[in-house]
Amino acid sequence: MIREITLGQYYPADSIIHKLDPRVKLMGTIFFIISLFLFKNFVGYIVVTIFLISVIKLSKVPFSFMVKGMKAIVFLLMLTVVMNMFMTVGEPLVTLGKLTITKEGLRSAIFMGLRLMYLVIGSSVMTLTTTPNNLTDGMEKLMNPLKKIKVPVHEISMMMSIALSFIPTLVEETDKIMKAQTARCADFESKNLIKRVKSYIPVLVPLFISAFRRANDLAMAMEARCYNGGEGRTKMYPLEYKKRDRIAYAIMLIYLILTVLLPRIIPFDLLVGLLFKA
Amino acid sequence: MGIIVNHVNYIYNEGTALESVAVRDVSFAVNEGEFIGVIGHTGCGKSTLMQLINGILKPSSGGIYYNGQDVYDDDFDLKTLRSKVGLVFQYPEHQLFEVDVFSDVCFGPNNLGLPKSEVQLRAYDALKAVKLPEDCFYSSPFDLSGGEKRRVAIAGVLAMKPEILILDEPTAGLDPAGRLEILELIKELQKKSGISIILVSHSMEDVAEYADRIIVIDKGSIVFDDTPENVFTKYDELDALGLSVPSPTRVLYKLRDKGIPAKVKAITTDEAVEEIMRLYADKYGRLN
Repeated sequence: MIREITLGQYYPADSIIHKLDPRVKLMGTIFFIISLFLFKNFVGYIVVTIFLISVIKLSKVPFSFMVKGMKAIVFLLMLTVVMNMFMTVGEPLVTLGKLTITKEGLRSAIFMGLRLMYLVIGSSVMTLTTTPNNLTDGMEKLMNPLKKIKVPVHEISMMMSIALSFIPTLVEETDKIMKAQTARCADFESKNLIKRVKSYIPVLVPLFISAFRRANDLAMAMEARCYNGGEGRTKMYPLEYKKRDRIAYAIMLIYLILTVLLPRIIPFDLLVGLLFKA
Repeated sequence: MGIIVNHVNYIYNEGTALESVAVRDVSFAVNEGEFIGVIGHTGCGKSTLMQLINGILKPSSGGIYYNGQDVYDDDFDLKTLRSKVGLVFQYPEHQLFEVDVFSDVCFGPNNLGLPKSEVQLRAYDALKAVKLPEDCFYSSPFDLSGGEKRRVAIAGVLAMKPEILILDEPTAGLDPAGRLEILELIKELQKKSGISIILVSHSMEDVAEYADRIIVIDKGSIVFDDTPENVFTKYDELDALGLSVPSPTRVLYKLRDKGIPAKVKAITTDEAVEEIMRLYADKYGRLN
């Protein structure tokens, strides 16, 4: 019933992107997000689009999976686009009653919309190609320097990986409980909002109980195997940079320079102007 | 009264790469007052099939008829089907949520929109039927033992007064005593109130002793649908499916195949010993 959530789901495939060190992918995603806000004109978008498309192609993850992740932000996206379109002051294009769409508004609406979409797609490339365990491993390693200022890095990453690995279990559990309550004629599709919220109590209570039970069992199992935090703990597969990771870093750097420089070199605003006149 | 399942198919994730057929061209009818044992391996599609009968899943193709009416007709309310065909899921105690046992059992009949007095009457009757001691009625369901919780959950479905009660692995995770208690309870329900029972299990022993009819499912299709005696004669084929006939029964079948006139009804070891003693006495005279 609720298995359509893709954001943060791993898609197994044999690709160079899957094989990259999780630290590269994490840093890459951060750089990518920063790069989205470094430019103001059309050329930048062309560079970003080319980069994103080539990464997706390399990752061998079907594009439809990325789009599924977009479902979660459709509302936010619409809101941003509409707000930008009507609220920006500038040269009016169309007037609908009290609302006016300006040239500047249309432009910033398109650009902000694209930025948001790229942001989500960029980060889902990371989550789709990296297993949750790998991801938290990478995070732990990257945040390692923070240990010096007494940040409990290992504990944070352990909590994250546990939380992530519980998501599919809980989704399945929710599905099961919803079915069981449906068998007792529970109605989850009531038009009345209050009734609808109330109808979820018979699902949420058992779900919480089972989550606590599972957490308890897990804590017990970890205790039984003498888990005592990060001190002196070694990894079965320690993260090591390989040649492909260094190349990936180099590509990231070139990409960053390109997104900063190219829009400044090519006066593409001219073309944008032409596009809008046509 | 009754349910007819007609050429039903069910496919998970239809049209995607993860497509898998869970139920393949299944047809059967449930008659009034019957005790049916549905048996098959984990993942053979038996749970899916039960959810189809109850209207929780919609078949990819084929029809399900309640009293001759197609349950997917526009003028048929699925709630009727769900109240008349009660489905008790695996580990049903995981669905308890109310502050006390009594209110939890009231949840089902309440959803049917019955008057309060009727709801309470039904809840009381259902709790009595599962033999829960009265002093537990107003304690929290989470304070009960595993077996008691399960009986409360079964009462929660019984309170809707189903004509057919489906139980999916009702003995999973219970100790031998609790297992026997639940199975005896189910048999008694069938005898006393005349409702039909569908008992789903992967263990022959659970089913063999109580069912009048056994349906064996493998890879989503029905392999056998017959009385226990007739199904057990195919013990070799059952072995191949990884479903073993209870060993005492198997011994008697082997004897019969050798031409010894054994009665093959025995399921427990004691019954089998008795039967073998009888055969021996018939042939060589009584042992002292």
